[in-house]
Amino acid sequence: MKPFQLHQPATQAEALALLAECQQRGDDVHLMAGGTSLVLLMNLGLLQATHIIALRNISELHGIQSTPGGGLAIRPLATHRELELSPAVQAYCPALAETFGHVATVRIRNQATLGGNLAHADPAQDPPPMLIALDAQIVLTSQTGERSLPLEQFFVDYLTTTLQPGELLTEIRLPPLPAGTRATYQKFLPRTQDDYATVSVAATLRVDADGRCADVRVALGGAAGTPVHLREVEDALRGEKLTDQRIADAAARVPELVDPPDDARGSATYKRRMARVWTARALHDLRDQPNGALPTP
Amino acid sequence: MTVAAHVRLIDLLRDDLGLTGTKEGCGVGVCGACSVLVDGQLMSACLMPAFFIDGTTVLTIEGLAPDADHLTPLQDAFIRHGGFQCGICTPGQIVAATALLDAHPRPTTEQVRRWMMGNLCRCTGYYKIVESILAAAESGTTAVVRQPVGIRAAP
Repeated sequence: MKPFQLHQPATQAEALALLAECQQRGDDVHLMAGGTSLVLLMNLGLLQATHIIALRNISELHGIQSTPGGGLAIRPLATHRELELSPAVQAYCPALAETFGHVATVRIRNQATLGGNLAHADPAQDPPPMLIALDAQIVLTSQTGERSLPLEQFFVDYLTTTLQPGELLTEIRLPPLPAGTRATYQKFLPRTQDDYATVSVAATLRVDADGRCADVRVALGGAAGTPVHLREVEDALRGEKLTDQRIADAAARVPELVDPPDDARGSATYKRRMARVWTARALHDLRDQPNGALPTP
Repeated sequence: MTVAAHVRLIDLLRDDLGLTGTKEGCGVGVCGACSVLVDGQLMSACLMPAFFIDGTTVLTIEGLAPDADHLTPLQDAFIRHGGFQCGICTPGQIVAATALLDAHPRPTTEQVRRWMMGNLCRCTGYYKIVESILAAAESGTTAVVRQPVGIRAAP
């Protein structure tokens, strides 16, 4: 790493003031949460910062809380390991806790934070598709106020977000899940267990009394420059009986809705096909498991 | 002591403190050779700025054995069960396994494999590593008297 000036603010207000001050001066300033991605990029010389604002001492940015009505509020410095083991996350949605457990290795999960994960915007990451399937909102705060937006709108392209100068990701909000919602996250790993997914699929499903799809949300990881929310697939299923044919027809739309890169984890053509296959599998599993509890893949 | 902000923990340990038991393998958090415990939590020293450890307790492979005459049950089990071949990954393996046994004192084989998947062995000696960890879990937490290697009866 090249030398940089380090700032370690103790409060969110102090961090926002520092960020604004550095950016007004034109400094190359970066925010550091768990540091896993940023230290890696800086050490490889892919990113050079003249100022680093380390957020770790800001207690307001730590924590995971259940919210009134059954939602969840996650502060950005919660680590993947804290989220994986959190009773509040388990109570909210076991598949979400399991998703955090799929990220890299326990060593990385101990250090890497959810806020850092989202701000880094690697489209092959595990939590974003699951959070999108759960309709997560994120809160971005600056000195002039805060705005919240659906998580899927935060991602613009590979490693690119809508975060504006002076803004800090301060909260991830999950709405209460309607009773009977089933959820799953499935990660296609043809190589090693600690790898990024070749493609991954997150889905939630609610079935009404006569077996029709009351609501469904599906999102993919590794399938484009951002996580992909498959609205067209959802529209093809909502209100319908989830027959094998109906699921197959809906999943058949997936290849044209994704734009995966060719890389060591597979060609773009292969990933398009696998995205369809794994979408259909996730929907089958949710339909066939009334309690929504799925074994670890 | 004072450390420059851009120094990584792995460099502080090896270059400034001379604690070379912690290895740098991949340098990108994948191989586990630089595994250390920060306040008991398993971390990659290659991805951590040294300033992160301010006010914490860091345990490296050098600090596991209670004294020069004893080994931890894990260290002893790795010797008895052939848990290493060339040895470069061994400090990381043992530090990671120490964290595993802290969290799960009697892990199943599956738990061992899952936890240890982040520690690569280029000699591919994985079966013996898993065997060593399971044996250490059975033998408890009491330190073992260190003996010259090579003259003991087989377990």
